[in-house]
Amino acid sequence: MIEVKKLTHVYSEGLPHQQVAVEDISFTIETGEFVGIIGHTGSGKSTLLQHLNGLLKPKSGSIVIDGLDITNSKTAMIDVRKKVGLVFQYPEYQLFEETVAKDVAFGPQNLGLPQEEIDERVRSSIMAVGLNYDSIKNISPFELSGGQKRRVAIAGVIAMNPDILILDEPTAGLNPKAHEDILNLIRGIYKKGGKTVILVSHNMNDIARICDSVLVMDKGRLAMKGTPKQVFSRGEELKDMGLALPEATEITSRLRAAGMEINKICLTIEEAAAAIAEAKKMTT
Amino acid sequence: MEFIKAENLTFEYHKTDDAGQEMSTRAVNNISFSIEKGSFTAIIGQNGSGKSTLAKNMNALLIPTAGKIYVDGIDTSEIDRIWDVRQKVAMVFQNPDNQIVSAIVEDDVAFGPENTGVDPAEIRQRVDAALSWVEMFDYRKKAPHLLSGGQKQRIAIAGAVAMEPDCIVFDEPTAMLDPAGRAEVMNIIRKLNARGITAILITHFMEEAAQADYVLVMDDGKIKMEGSPLEIFRRTDELKDLSLDVPAPVALADKLREEGIDLPEDILTTDRLVEELIK
Repeated sequence: MIEVKKLTHVYSEGLPHQQVAVEDISFTIETGEFVGIIGHTGSGKSTLLQHLNGLLKPKSGSIVIDGLDITNSKTAMIDVRKKVGLVFQYPEYQLFEETVAKDVAFGPQNLGLPQEEIDERVRSSIMAVGLNYDSIKNISPFELSGGQKRRVAIAGVIAMNPDILILDEPTAGLNPKAHEDILNLIRGIYKKGGKTVILVSHNMNDIARICDSVLVMDKGRLAMKGTPKQVFSRGEELKDMGLALPEATEITSRLRAAGMEINKICLTIEEAAAAIAEAKKMTT
Repeated sequence: MEFIKAENLTFEYHKTDDAGQEMSTRAVNNISFSIEKGSFTAIIGQNGSGKSTLAKNMNALLIPTAGKIYVDGIDTSEIDRIWDVRQKVAMVFQNPDNQIVSAIVEDDVAFGPENTGVDPAEIRQRVDAALSWVEMFDYRKKAPHLLSGGQKQRIAIAGAVAMEPDCIVFDEPTAMLDPAGRAEVMNIIRKLNARGITAILITHFMEEAAQADYVLVMDDGKIKMEGSPLEIFRRTDELKDLSLDVPAPVALADKLREEGIDLPEDILTTDRLVEELIK
């Protein structure tokens, strides 16, 4: 369980351009929950993420993960990194090793694991991201396609076997199929059980489809928390925050505003099609 | 009138492997097409299909390894005309942070014209005009790093506009932006196009491609499909085979037709779909 209490972070405190990046944020994420975070650029999402794996320390407030206070200066950072894996935006830019296998092994090696364990983790995480271990292990990561590179980068984090996996815009810049593949991959890792997944995305369709709950950040504050249906039923507020609705939700809410009998919030194209068809049948 | 014309355009990347063996990858494979002056063309295709390589051939950042590409009649392989080509075709890339060089917005926009020796009084005029075009004039004295992603990308676009190009190639300009930033940038692209600038947009967002006049679909270095957005986005199965998709309103309209709801064939956008359904 992740418990965030009254978290506040200020950049350049005391300087003329000091900026409050997150302010008085409190929330709880249960173990095994799939949580989405949305927010306008500059809303404080990245600052929040960097606190969740101890890269940043708050000015005030605390984060306790499974009883471990990661904001306490006495907590060893290696324990936090074992628990929380963070996949940054465009993680493929962080690939650096000569071969795919060496790149994925970098994290586990730093944990000081025995060699057999490292080899096993490298093999299983490369397979987990849907790549063929034997044919790819000795290839330079720089020779791979964009989608493959991204998978290798994600494998590097999975190989750390974190209980909590955080992904910042994992599908940005990918074509629709590669986008879908990465999402399925994340869903697959999640479904295997026990993991908590936190997904930051500007893609409202993805958030609506796969998350159990959604956190909405606005101007450094937590503006909403709820299920996708609860959050996306507040379209006007989201638009004021520079966000949008999933397309299916947008279309059905406009039809509702125009008088069509659609009572429930539709998050997917399938739900929207069924609801519109039903409303149409009732009127004819 | 055609502005860009490619004839059997081929581009190969060469590299030498560890054993000293020369290897080549054909990123663009013998394609021919033309882009009309003043048009708005979208290029879609999966990662690695050759879109960005093609774009870089349009302003002589890359020169074809075989075949020709002409920009406003100029053969880009004529080495002494390279600056004429780049003057005509500007580029805007995915990450605004990689394209901004100055600490003040208006200095950044002035960077291009300054480098081509434009008279200072004219630079002033061009910078002000370009910033007004992208609706960022009020931010001219600000530091770019304090702006949002969409605003930064508009500054990068102003930098291109200040060069007074005939054509701007946008290579995934919205990939890193939030929904509001994406809408802002698309709005500016349409506005520039309405003022006569030939716009070429590379994107992974099918909704954005649907706003163009014409769509080129690339796969494996070839042009696999081309036509108006209506013609292209009617071919759902073929697009899916190329790892692409159709815009959400098109997918929803298809599902509704399966449910027996009668809808016209020309539905591409949310506005149009809603309009038809509430009739």
